[in-house]
Amino acid sequence: MHNEGKESDNMELYEYTVHELVEMLEKGETTSEEITKSYFKRIKEKDPEIKAYISTMEESAIEKAKEVDEARRAGKNVGKLAGIPIGIKDNICITGTRTTCSSKMLENFVSPYNATVIEKLNDEGLIYLGKTNLDEFAMGSSTENSAFFTTSNPWDLDRVPGGSSGGSAAVVSADLAPWSLGSDTGGSIRQPASLCGIVGLKPTYGLVSRYGLVAYASSLDQIGPLTKDVTDCAILLNLIAGHDEKDSTSMDLEKKDYTKSLVNDVKGMKIGLPKEYISEGVSEEVKNAILEVAKKYEELGASVEECSLDIVKYALPVYYIIADAEASSNLGRFDGIRYGYRSEKFDDLKDIYKNSRSEGFGPEVKRRILLGTYVLSSGYYDAYYKKAQKVRTVIKNAYDELFKKYDLLLTPTSPTTAFKIGEKCNNPVEMYLADICTVPVNIAGLPGMSIPYKLDSNGLPIGIQLIGKAFDEETIFRAGYTLEQNIGFRKDNKPTFKKG
Amino acid sequence: MADVDKIMVEHIAKLARLNLSEKEIEGYTNDLISILEMANIINNINTDDVKETIGANIKYNVFRKDEIKNFENRELLLQNAPSQDEGMFRIPKVIN
Repeated sequence: MHNEGKESDNMELYEYTVHELVEMLEKGETTSEEITKSYFKRIKEKDPEIKAYISTMEESAIEKAKEVDEARRAGKNVGKLAGIPIGIKDNICITGTRTTCSSKMLENFVSPYNATVIEKLNDEGLIYLGKTNLDEFAMGSSTENSAFFTTSNPWDLDRVPGGSSGGSAAVVSADLAPWSLGSDTGGSIRQPASLCGIVGLKPTYGLVSRYGLVAYASSLDQIGPLTKDVTDCAILLNLIAGHDEKDSTSMDLEKKDYTKSLVNDVKGMKIGLPKEYISEGVSEEVKNAILEVAKKYEELGASVEECSLDIVKYALPVYYIIADAEASSNLGRFDGIRYGYRSEKFDDLKDIYKNSRSEGFGPEVKRRILLGTYVLSSGYYDAYYKKAQKVRTVIKNAYDELFKKYDLLLTPTSPTTAFKIGEKCNNPVEMYLADICTVPVNIAGLPGMSIPYKLDSNGLPIGIQLIGKAFDEETIFRAGYTLEQNIGFRKDNKPTFKKG
Repeated sequence: MADVDKIMVEHIAKLARLNLSEKEIEGYTNDLISILEMANIINNINTDDVKETIGANIKYNVFRKDEIKNFENRELLLQNAPSQDEGMFRIPKVIN
């Protein structure tokens, strides 16, 4: 957990985890201003290589950092995390700043209000470094669907960082932010976390408020943390979890302290290993990594048993029907009237709608709107949308059955490590397959965490996924922390920024 | 199951208020055919006695009092309007 002795003497501030920075702040070894400036220096050096930030907020960040330092020096009651910087995915609203969703449609949109998660971070005195790149409206698995630019993977600049929260994953991996927030509809936190060698958590649906997150598929979307380690992940989840009257799907549950689950012990834990997750389409190296982790958990005292979840093959089609149906409805609000892009070519109101939408949305967004409109249209609703909603129930039930026997499920996060930029651009179905291990979790509303395990033969990170029962993030944290403490991935591996 | 063809794509584009070029129609027709081909496997599963999932978690209806709360930041809201006039959204004439 701690870097001791001479190693830490040579470390730059941007290299530390948040819990290490908090300790240093408490001891008076550094200040928020120093930390924040260290990040902006790093951003200027490295962001041109990976292009992960859409906008940065240097001036307001340093000003805020000075305020926090002043308050701390004056002995005022400031929280432990006050003055810690963070990166925010650019589909989460911060008052008075641009929220683009990486879309031409919202290129100049200035948020008139804060997302609830931002209100919560403001209460703790966190500092925003900037907004991170994503696939347009969070639709994609590589950031290649961003209307502005593609982000590179810090482990190999010719490869994608994953998506859609690719910017949020890349900034943490490359030390351009100590942690960040992303959103996950079908794997958009976990898959980029896996491809970038960091920790990413999709919380149980309803644990974190979605108010102020630009909606993609409302029954699947969740905001969650991307962090350097499992400890930081628990700390950030503590900050953002909780009921919100502005999101009627957020659950009113007793507040938990997830850091209490950071215990290096999995003795007696029952872990299921669904064989369908390590079959066809999953690379040999990823498969072997999962089997190694299974063995490791057994050595550490857990019982690991192969199990079956044959229903999982239906999750991807169910996902694309439900998510696109919801997207086509959610994105109906972009009409060029109240906010967002308005075409200059129009004679009447209908022209404004059609031309603004046609010019403002990118190809993947249009593809999903079209599919969603189709499955909701008269004559096809029953065959596709209603059927998918029923299969969704079957999938949920299958997980419920498994969780009668197991505390956790162990699977890959992504079937392969990071793929090359451009490799899957021309084939939507192939691109959709990148989400095959992550979408079932959203369908069932469960929590899932990706944890970096090792590098493959190309020096690219392989992540493992732990899936828990609904609202049982604790077991995931316990097992994730235990694995992390016993493999030391972060200590031994750093992104290389190599090309090819 | 319906066959998706160019006429169908043109029809749904109209419903979705999107203009598509000839080339786009062709591309999206092919995309939708291959995506639906993948999706059609869900018909292999029997769902006769299965209820639809409406939301991800089992929830009762959430009610709140019907109270008016003013949004304080009107300026910022209007600032995003592509065209506005005296605090209102400006659109072309609708009735001739």
